[in-house]
Amino acid sequence: MFHSSLLRLLGALFTITLVAAACGDDTVVDTATDEAMDDESADDVMDDDAMEEESPCYAEPDLAEIIVTDDEVDYSSTTITLATHDSFALSEGTLEAFTAETGITVEQIAVGDAGELVSQAVLTKDNPTADVLFGIDNSFLCRGLEAGLFLPYSSAALASVDDALELDPHHRVTPIDYGDVCVNYWIDELPGDAPTSLDDLIDPVNAGEFVTENPETSSPGFAFLLATIATYGEDGWEDYWTALVENDVAITAGWNEAYYGDFIAGGGDRAIVNSYASSPPAEFLFADPPVDTPPTGSFSDACFRQIEFAGILSGTDQPEAAALLIDFMLSPTYQEDIPLNMFVYPANGDAALPDAFVEHGPLVDDPLTLDPAVIEANRDDWTARWNEIVLG
Amino acid sequence: MHAWRPRNAVQFGLVAGPLFFLTFFFLWPVGELLVRGLGADGTSVGEVFGTASIRSAIWFTFWQAALSTVLTLVIAFPLTWALSNFSFVGRRVVRAAVSVPFVLPTVVVAGAFIATADRVGMDDGPFALAGSVFAILVAHVFFNVAVVVRTVGSYWSQLSIDDEHAARMLGASTVRTFFTVTLPRLRPAIAAAVAIVFLFTFTSFAVVLILGSSRQRTIETEIFRYAISRTDFGTAAVLSVVQLVTVLVLVIVNQRIRGRLVGADRITLDRGRPLRGMRQRVVVGAAVVVTMLLLAVPVLSLVDQSLQSGGGWSFAHYRALADRPPFLTVSPLRAIGNSLFFAAIAAFLATAIGGWAAVAIAFSRRSIGRLVDLAFLLPLGTSAVTLGFGVLLAFDTGVLDLRQSWVMIPLVQSLVGVPFVTRAVAPVLLAIDPHLREAASSLGAEPRRVLRDIDLPIARRAIGVGAGFAFAVSLGEFGATSFVGRRPDFMTVPLAIARLLSQPGQQIRGQAMALSVILMVLTTAVLLTLDRSDRTVL
Repeated sequence: MFHSSLLRLLGALFTITLVAAACGDDTVVDTATDEAMDDESADDVMDDDAMEEESPCYAEPDLAEIIVTDDEVDYSSTTITLATHDSFALSEGTLEAFTAETGITVEQIAVGDAGELVSQAVLTKDNPTADVLFGIDNSFLCRGLEAGLFLPYSSAALASVDDALELDPHHRVTPIDYGDVCVNYWIDELPGDAPTSLDDLIDPVNAGEFVTENPETSSPGFAFLLATIATYGEDGWEDYWTALVENDVAITAGWNEAYYGDFIAGGGDRAIVNSYASSPPAEFLFADPPVDTPPTGSFSDACFRQIEFAGILSGTDQPEAAALLIDFMLSPTYQEDIPLNMFVYPANGDAALPDAFVEHGPLVDDPLTLDPAVIEANRDDWTARWNEIVLG
Repeated sequence: MHAWRPRNAVQFGLVAGPLFFLTFFFLWPVGELLVRGLGADGTSVGEVFGTASIRSAIWFTFWQAALSTVLTLVIAFPLTWALSNFSFVGRRVVRAAVSVPFVLPTVVVAGAFIATADRVGMDDGPFALAGSVFAILVAHVFFNVAVVVRTVGSYWSQLSIDDEHAARMLGASTVRTFFTVTLPRLRPAIAAAVAIVFLFTFTSFAVVLILGSSRQRTIETEIFRYAISRTDFGTAAVLSVVQLVTVLVLVIVNQRIRGRLVGADRITLDRGRPLRGMRQRVVVGAAVVVTMLLLAVPVLSLVDQSLQSGGGWSFAHYRALADRPPFLTVSPLRAIGNSLFFAAIAAFLATAIGGWAAVAIAFSRRSIGRLVDLAFLLPLGTSAVTLGFGVLLAFDTGVLDLRQSWVMIPLVQSLVGVPFVTRAVAPVLLAIDPHLREAASSLGAEPRRVLRDIDLPIARRAIGVGAGFAFAVSLGEFGATSFVGRRPDFMTVPLAIARLLSQPGQQIRGQAMALSVILMVLTTAVLLTLDRSDRTVL
């Protein structure tokens, strides 16, 4: 009979599951937490100088690999490949300007998000899919450097880039753009005064008003976690999150669910959200119906800086042509095309900013940062602790 | 009764062809990744199983998939019954429209669910949607109702009604006739649907991630977490093996329960008959309307949002789709073209390979048929991460360096479509009375001619259903497409929607909604056309 078979199926399913569940032994500690604890004792993680000496992240690369570009070489039949994440976009004609200038044709390949891009690059290190990789940011930087993904190359154009953006002393990666992850709020719906610091988010007046993203599944979510660690230190960030939980913080998987789910912007009922410094200018530019001023604002006291880098992949056959592309990525032509296509700021200080950015996206003067080596060494431990505190 | 079978050499060719495709584009890449991951230092299976969070993820994956499958079956059943047994105005449209959820990006549907829950006050209390298992189950039912309606429905509508008439004539009640006559005959189709829904929900990623609000973890989300957030390919590989082994075991159980697919079940072209009497009209009407309303709630919320602009109703978001907005590498219109192009190729490949495999299953020995069936279900139960990374490792040399080629996109997408075709078509081929083929054969028809003149016309509807699914799956596919590197101008609609929804600004969001609506309309139109094709010959 059919229905007795169905019962047999369900019975079998449950038996298998019970066996699977019983296979483990509850006394074993979560290995992920365990490994991370071995790497670094909790007390000296904030000591940047000590890290720079010890971390494999900053180990001296092989100097023989330093690339010299030569203006005399003809590259007119050369094609190189640029690997990026899915969020990469440029205006039509920008890369063609590079081809017109150097003769080099650029093919593009787009893959997932920044995390997927780096994972794929690590996996295909010996036989890479591209010559240049763009889109590794400071939170994943050390993973790429430790894996030996990039060749050192010091572009002459770095002269007009703020030194604070250059995180690798050996120039294996070149900063191309940066953005700040900042707390945003819907101006008209705030229960009290506009928040100006992380402390305001744990003020009872803002209870149930703040929503942010899971640091393990969201890049701005991870940046916000780093902002709290940079602000309150290794000893204080856990207490801060405990207070956030008590003040009824909401957690979502990604930016979209926070901004368009819980936040006012998509019909939610929370007035404060973790987003970007560039979100208010975007709310102004893409408002529907049009507005005179953005409906949202942000405070610049606790913004975590995300820097995106480009690097020449160590498996490339054409390091010189790849180096010329890096030079081009820092040129005004390329740099001025970045803001309105990707909503981040150009690394080259000489590049002009669009009006909306100047008027509605006040530059963050004193962003929060953490050494990429510290981030890499502690990431798994921090996120494991965050899980315990916030998700229980 | 001996089944009619072609010669041994022909049988070998029938089985070898599809299996070669599967080995080359699935087993080899996945094998490469597993070898690389398991070869990495320091990951032992015991260590992975020793992690409490992983053990609970495995358990949760399992029971939520089992429960999702049962719920989907129950909820889809009334509509399946109505569509299979009655012909009425709008039947075809309903059958096509029911597949719309299939192509909708999860990020869009999740948003619609949350908005609806807020509106009807379900954001609190025992059925609170946010972050709960309940939300995951509801979404899984929403996405998978189509699998049951179309897989079971196409088979049911071709089962001859004579047996039921005989039972009623002998005095059996309607209910008793259903349980003793109809249900046992539907077994192969229900088993097929159960296997597909279970595998889909077993490996579902975005639904769990978004609607589970990070509080729920499955094998799939853990594979993603270890491979991407931690670059720990060792643990990810062990989890992939766990996933594959579980899928293998479950499919074998499913095959056992389905039992022997017996031949000679009487097959007809359409058992649907006109509605008679008030009672029948009301019951059928209710079955159709209630189910369609359940599916329509999130869909209507999308349509509503896509039409809101400038403080009122407008088509502004639709008109904007012709231009490239910031953040995208191509115009949304171009993305629609890309998606249709890839989906057409993927559907063609899936139909060809899946149809071939179905013939192989129908005409080979039972054990070999089972093996082919099992092999082609594996891609459904495999993580997009595993397959995507495997492809990167496998196709990396010489002429086979397909990592940057657009060809990989429809190829990977077709892998998911094949089992739909196979599982829809094989039961129909097996149910064809062997005497028909023997008769044709003894009149001098060659095997190829037998297939063309006997099997093809009868299996046409099932092929259409399978092809339609393959098309819809490919149109809505996100994970594997995102993992396979591609030229930026090959952006597909789901990728474009995800990108648009990761930026603030109501205009940008409106365009994402408009794009979703276009995706739904296109899907319905294509499925209607495919469904109609079964009529042209008969």
